[in-house]
Amino acid sequence: MPSILYPVNASISMTFPANRRSSSFARWSWRNVGLRAWIYQLVMLLGIGLLIYWLVDNTLANLAARNISTGFGFLEREAGFAISESVVAYRPADSYARALWVGILNTLKVAAFGVVLATVLGSLIGVARLSANRLLAAVATAYIEVMRNIPLLLQLFFWYALITQSLPLPRLALEPMNGVFLSNRGLTVPWVTGFNGSAFWLLLLVVVLFLSFVAILRRKVKTGYRLAKGLQIIGAAFFLAVPFVVTIVVSPGLHLSVPELKGFNFVGGATLSPEFTALLLGLVLYTAAFIAEVVRSGIQSVSAGQWQAGRALGLRDAQVLRQIVIPQALRVIVPPMTSQYLNLTKNSSLAVAIGYPDIVSIANTTLNQTGQAIEGILIIMAAYLTVSLLISAAMNLYNRRIALTER
Amino acid sequence: MKVASARPDLRPQRWYHTLVNTPLNALITVILVGLLGATLPATLEWLLLSARFGGNSPQACAQVTGACWTFIAQKHRVILFGLYPYAQQWRPLVACVVLIGIVVLSCRRRFWRPTLAIYWVGALNLVGILMWGGVFGLSFVETRLWGGLPLTLILACVGVGLAFPLGVLLALGRRSDLPAVRSVCVVYIELIRGVPLISLLFMASVMLPLFLPEGVNINKLLRAQIAIVLFVAAYIAETVRGGLQAIPKGQYEGADSLGLGYWQKTLFIVLPQALKAIVGPLVGIFISVLKDTSLVVVIGVFDLMQATKAALADAQWQGFSTEAYLFIGALYFVMCFSISRYSQSLERQWRRTA
Repeated sequence: MPSILYPVNASISMTFPANRRSSSFARWSWRNVGLRAWIYQLVMLLGIGLLIYWLVDNTLANLAARNISTGFGFLEREAGFAISESVVAYRPADSYARALWVGILNTLKVAAFGVVLATVLGSLIGVARLSANRLLAAVATAYIEVMRNIPLLLQLFFWYALITQSLPLPRLALEPMNGVFLSNRGLTVPWVTGFNGSAFWLLLLVVVLFLSFVAILRRKVKTGYRLAKGLQIIGAAFFLAVPFVVTIVVSPGLHLSVPELKGFNFVGGATLSPEFTALLLGLVLYTAAFIAEVVRSGIQSVSAGQWQAGRALGLRDAQVLRQIVIPQALRVIVPPMTSQYLNLTKNSSLAVAIGYPDIVSIANTTLNQTGQAIEGILIIMAAYLTVSLLISAAMNLYNRRIALTER
Repeated sequence: MKVASARPDLRPQRWYHTLVNTPLNALITVILVGLLGATLPATLEWLLLSARFGGNSPQACAQVTGACWTFIAQKHRVILFGLYPYAQQWRPLVACVVLIGIVVLSCRRRFWRPTLAIYWVGALNLVGILMWGGVFGLSFVETRLWGGLPLTLILACVGVGLAFPLGVLLALGRRSDLPAVRSVCVVYIELIRGVPLISLLFMASVMLPLFLPEGVNINKLLRAQIAIVLFVAAYIAETVRGGLQAIPKGQYEGADSLGLGYWQKTLFIVLPQALKAIVGPLVGIFISVLKDTSLVVVIGVFDLMQATKAALADAQWQGFSTEAYLFIGALYFVMCFSISRYSQSLERQWRRTA
């Protein structure tokens, strides 16, 4: 037979053990398990292929009938809509691609802050639920049950209504400190501006830091010696301070911009918008309840003997928790914690319901304006898949570090 | 600091002892009591004591400092049943009772057998007859007018009901020896699990009309239902896969040695054990689906959340959003909390007998 069919022949014959057992093995009969497997898969792939062909055919016909073009060329057109808050500079005259990039950065901003705050709060509540103080345990349990059983969208609406309805107009804003204003447009604070956006310097800095980090790690791996504690602290401070120093050095126009009321809104400074605050608050409080349950089940999975041994050694309960129990509990905690981080990232898509300009909201506006529904949805899904894969990969690396190393 | 050599205090401790037995506990207790004392009386006062329960017009609440439950008394029909014709609203009420009944029935151990599927099909058909009408003398009500609580329950129950067989098939396919089947299942599951439900709802509401031939229109409710079914099927598939992995290999080998074919092995030996092992996580999925149905508000389907927003949009009744959100928050809480308590009691029963 042609050599290209050798793998087919082999799998039909020998992959399935049933074929090897019989002495009267008939290769081309229906009784051949391998042949049946090939036929089933062929039929299934054919069916899926026909379905996809039919869907694509319909789609192209419908798009042609509505005079909508396909392809991603629309990304270079001018966007024409404003975005209420953005991490990087954006004007309505920028392209759709720029607008979508702003959306992705907004999503990442909410996700990053949300993950950090939710982990801190969730861990505290999880440990509090196991406290010997019955009042504290009861309050923590009540918090977890209430937050877990009410839909997140409802909680977001509630927080957004609370923030926008209970705060005054900018003209009558509260001023707790000089230059800090609290109004229904958000919390406006003085902020440093005038950064020289030189990506080159930052990149150089990151490369240098990374190389030095790798060099120190190699020394530890090779010789088994770590840097002395004092040197470690100096090194850490150095790594953290250098980016700031370099940015200050290369930014001659650096100054503090104080917000001022001009007309109906504040100009200058930085604003923490009600949308971002409501979204962050809702996401953090909601996810913290789930993380609390994950942490609680992780701590309870460590056998009681560890607690008893720690107490027998004279350690306080807090020390036992920190030094003995939590490192072992981490093995049970990290995989469900990963899925909670992914849930938080995906739940940030609810921002579209309260007006925070995340990727779903901006892509929705884009596909409404241009009619390019399929490309818009593909962009949303690609963005979320990428972020999910990155978070999963990072957590899997951490998981491998803390996993039980068997001999 | 407790030291090992000191004699341990073995007297039984009451719960109120634990509040003050160490300085840290005492401090925590004082802070918590202070916080609760500052917030609880004011909340109770607003909720119950100075709230207005009677009356039937917005003026009844004009001078009231507490909650205005008159709003709920007047608007609860709109919130619960949406735009359904007023005289026929007994039908969605009975439909809700039937759906809650079938869910409660599925929780009873006696019914964990294949005939449960027939009960589900019967219950969903009964709900369809009640909501649509047109037969048995009931007037026809189109899906555009459905709304509120029955829609939430229908989306959740039909969603889970249809997604369950699909999820089981996907899980079996992911563990299959056939590489084509396995790849298709893996791609589907990982793709759907990596994107939020909102993007799937947008996809269904915007892309589905493009996928179908010209002239074929499916209404918004069906689009939302399809999105929910596809979404939940992926999560059920992952849970069932966990259950399949938990079964000892000896079961599979025993079935093979008895000469059972793949489907006989799966239906009679593997699946009963796998499904029994994952009842807890499945209940968790059902609770999440119940909460996630609230997301259909972004594509304009009239579920409980959308009906509440519509009730709040009434020009005569302004500024009662807190009461409305608390009302449906309490409704969701009662539904989800009772199901989660049930699942906790199941796990406790099993831990005792295991």
